[in-house]
Amino acid sequence: MSAENDPTQRVAIGISFGNSYSSIAYTTGEGRAEVIANEDGDRQIPSFLSYVEGEELHGGQAKPQIVRNAKNTVAYFRDFLGQEFKSIDPTAAHQSAHAVQHESTVAFKIRDTQEETENEVTVSTITSRHLTRLRKSASDYLGKAVNSAVITVPTNFSDAQKDALNKAAKEAGIEVLQFISEPTAAVLAYDARPDAKLADKIIVVADLGGTRSDIAVIASRGGIYTVLATVHDYEVTGLKLDQVLMDYFAKEFLKKNKDASDPREDARGLAKLKLECEAVKKALSIGSSANFSVESLVGGIDYTATINRTRYDLLGNKLFGAFSRLVLHAVEKANLDPLDITEVILAGGNANTPKVASTVAAAFPETTTILAPSTSSSAIIPSELAVRGAAIQASLIQEFDLEDIEQSSHPAVTVTPHLAHAVGVLCISGDETSGIFHPIVETETSLPVRRTAIIATPREGGDVLIKLAEGLRHIKVTKPEPKPKAEKDEDDSDDDESDEEEEVREKTWKVGNVLSEAAIRGVKKGGKVEVQINIGADLGVNAIYREVGGKGGVRGIIQGSKASNGSA
Amino acid sequence: MAAVQISLPLPVLPEGWTGEKEFKSIGQLSAANDRNIEPVGHHFLAHARRKRHKRTFSEDDRIQAQVNVKKVEDEDEGEISEPEDPVMLQREAKDWKGQDHYAVLGITKYRWRATEDQIKRAHRKKVLKHHPDKKAAAGGTEDDQFFKCIQKATEVLSDPVKRRQFDSVDEAAEVEPPSKKDSQKGNFYKLWGKVFESEGRFSNNRPVPKLGNEKSTKEEVETFYNFWYNFDSWRTFEYLDEDVPDDNENRDQKRHVERKNQNSRRKKKTEDTVRLRKLVDDCLALDERIKKFRQQENAQKNKRRLDKEAETKRLAEEAAKAKEEEARLAAEKEAADKASKVEGKKAKEAAKNAAKKNKRVVRGAVKDANYFHAAGDAPASQIDSALGDVDSIIAKIDNEELAALTSKLNGKKDAAEIKQIFQDETKRLVGAGKLKDGELKSLS
Repeated sequence: MSAENDPTQRVAIGISFGNSYSSIAYTTGEGRAEVIANEDGDRQIPSFLSYVEGEELHGGQAKPQIVRNAKNTVAYFRDFLGQEFKSIDPTAAHQSAHAVQHESTVAFKIRDTQEETENEVTVSTITSRHLTRLRKSASDYLGKAVNSAVITVPTNFSDAQKDALNKAAKEAGIEVLQFISEPTAAVLAYDARPDAKLADKIIVVADLGGTRSDIAVIASRGGIYTVLATVHDYEVTGLKLDQVLMDYFAKEFLKKNKDASDPREDARGLAKLKLECEAVKKALSIGSSANFSVESLVGGIDYTATINRTRYDLLGNKLFGAFSRLVLHAVEKANLDPLDITEVILAGGNANTPKVASTVAAAFPETTTILAPSTSSSAIIPSELAVRGAAIQASLIQEFDLEDIEQSSHPAVTVTPHLAHAVGVLCISGDETSGIFHPIVETETSLPVRRTAIIATPREGGDVLIKLAEGLRHIKVTKPEPKPKAEKDEDDSDDDESDEEEEVREKTWKVGNVLSEAAIRGVKKGGKVEVQINIGADLGVNAIYREVGGKGGVRGIIQGSKASNGSA
Repeated sequence: MAAVQISLPLPVLPEGWTGEKEFKSIGQLSAANDRNIEPVGHHFLAHARRKRHKRTFSEDDRIQAQVNVKKVEDEDEGEISEPEDPVMLQREAKDWKGQDHYAVLGITKYRWRATEDQIKRAHRKKVLKHHPDKKAAAGGTEDDQFFKCIQKATEVLSDPVKRRQFDSVDEAAEVEPPSKKDSQKGNFYKLWGKVFESEGRFSNNRPVPKLGNEKSTKEEVETFYNFWYNFDSWRTFEYLDEDVPDDNENRDQKRHVERKNQNSRRKKKTEDTVRLRKLVDDCLALDERIKKFRQQENAQKNKRRLDKEAETKRLAEEAAKAKEEEARLAAEKEAADKASKVEGKKAKEAAKNAAKKNKRVVRGAVKDANYFHAAGDAPASQIDSALGDVDSIIAKIDNEELAALTSKLNGKKDAAEIKQIFQDETKRLVGAGKLKDGELKSLS
């Protein structure tokens, strides 16, 4: 296609390519991201491909094939891409076509043509077929041939995996503009909403996916994102939640039908059980009870049952707990305290489950906002977060040359010094004569940075002193009845044990290194002072102080240390 | 990013605080950590722009502001400012069907190409100018007819369905096909290109292929004509419908008019299809490229045929040549054979003669050597044996040896010498095993 190199001819979409589900989105003229439904009406398109006598079934049509045609159905293949056979975990694909070794990569033995013989189809071919179908769906929906995309990948996707994905995408006729990481895409999706306000935030993106959980702690500083820590887990997954339900229903079934065999031991029964359990899980996210009904589960016996949400919450309690521990672990890994976290974004299909949100909410203080459908009505659908972010990014960069994009995402541009401590001013509060630190530039802010603050002055006006200082974050723990037992800061997870003597944890600032002093004289009564701070990459600070509405002002420069950190 | 609002008051300046220019630098920032920021979002793009162009915040702000300002100006430029025809301004709104909506809005140079946005802005501009209130304020009459025309034009042009209906019959947008004469004058592509561009506005399929120029490839030309012969048009002629009477009038009358409209639409559509077809036919007939391609094809065919002929000719020639060559070689060979035969005969005869002569010489030499007799006349027996021996030598040796022997004997008169020569010869023959030792008694 001649459009390959012509940015004006690009039709770009966002693709989130997951192990279990994929989705596609585009950005409307008004800059809103819209998720595209495929021809079956699915916005969450299962990453499944199935072959029936040479005919290719995709997505929602391919998924039920796992019951009758498991051998020719490929599923959960994303993580195999660009990996060596010895390093993959084929558990998830156990019920569909099995992964086999093919040269150094992974392939599937499937009958994808009308012939009786099995072909070894490599995972990259499968991926490009999957992407072709996604591209076609998007093209049909938009009425324009889609030729480029931004694709989201997990934060731990290696370069080899990205390369393989890039190649597969090219084969599918998609020019990959950029790979962006899933958690960042989720943050972007929230920040790109028209009513979103730019603020300094620390955000945890917790993605409870089908085959893996990914937690990322992200510092969002004036719209620039820095990943502080990530945690990946392949044990706490949505499939495990399905498994819990499967075990429950299988046991109930065996109780009712004493002489029937265990549906979990029959391949077809297991597949039916699994499909229905996933449907039940989804239904329980919306309603408080759900019906389970499978015809001929095993040995020709139909089985129908109901389950309510409380039961499900009990069954999955262990996993929910494990998930919230994972989230806390990520926070700890970033050397932060739950109090530092401004927002928790729950992503992935399983974040629809109310209990997941409430368990995570319980682990964080009340000041933390949990963005999940059950806790916040304005939350974006968790499974669409990544793809929306990708679509927004696609609309932002589609006019650029590929070379420009590459240069901009080069480490020379992306590696920047980050403030080790917050910088702010000392104010007075109430009767305390000693200053109270108030941050203007938060810690972990990417440099160079420019911030403005407007500060109140004493009621009667007059001359004021502006002291710039570094602030150290401190978690103040106070207990109603002081006991000599010392509590550690991080011991938050054992809250339930020490319920009786609940401690009050507060985030306070300790004044660190004082940087500069400046004076503004003759401030009017009720006037305000504006402080603009520019911190360069060399740690030099350029501060401008002036009275709001006043003339002149004070300008001061603090020399940078010119340390080794003045990178690139 | 919005300014940080801090509601806590600043401390009062202590007595006696001084600083150079009211500022005192005290400490330095702690060392920073290097981290990777995520290349995502427009704030990052701004960061990347600053970093790559080495701009500071304020520089970048200024440059971006300039860029944005320019954009706005570009949009305002080329704005609709066509002179208004005074006749048009007198129009009555009620015969809106006859009005040129594009002319009313002043966008005749765009017509069907005008974007929705252009129409919107043109409308706004016209409204600002022709609003009845303004006219009234300027002391004019309460005449709002042209204002109504403007509203009607916008109504038609901003509704995609109505706009298509109007565009279908917008005669001012038609481009008359050039005459045969004109198109043969050398601006075929320019003239016809315009025609097809204008016709192409009715196409359901996009993009519409361009006529191209004399350098277009055969595929391009073929796609072009195929497209136009299979033209899928949305052109309708509803706009020219007769007004259907109101419901409450005669129902039959209404149906009659409706039917009439239907028929006339269909008729016009058919006519339009025929017209277009003829148009394409005409163009095709005049298109030099078709001729060129045919010629090329013919030339190619001819070339192939000629090549083939040349090839057969060449083969035939080669065959003839080969045959000739063969014949020539055969003739030569024959001649040579003949010659060599004659030569051989001659040589043989010569050799024979020479041998005869030599034999004579040899025999003569025997005589000269007095038949190898020591002294006096040789007895008859001696003569016999000597001649017999010499004959047997002659019989044993071939012509060449004979010639050699002859040359040795030639001119020798001394009997002893001659005998010696004969004895040597005998010895040689004995050595060669041709004679037995002592066989030739007279020469032993």
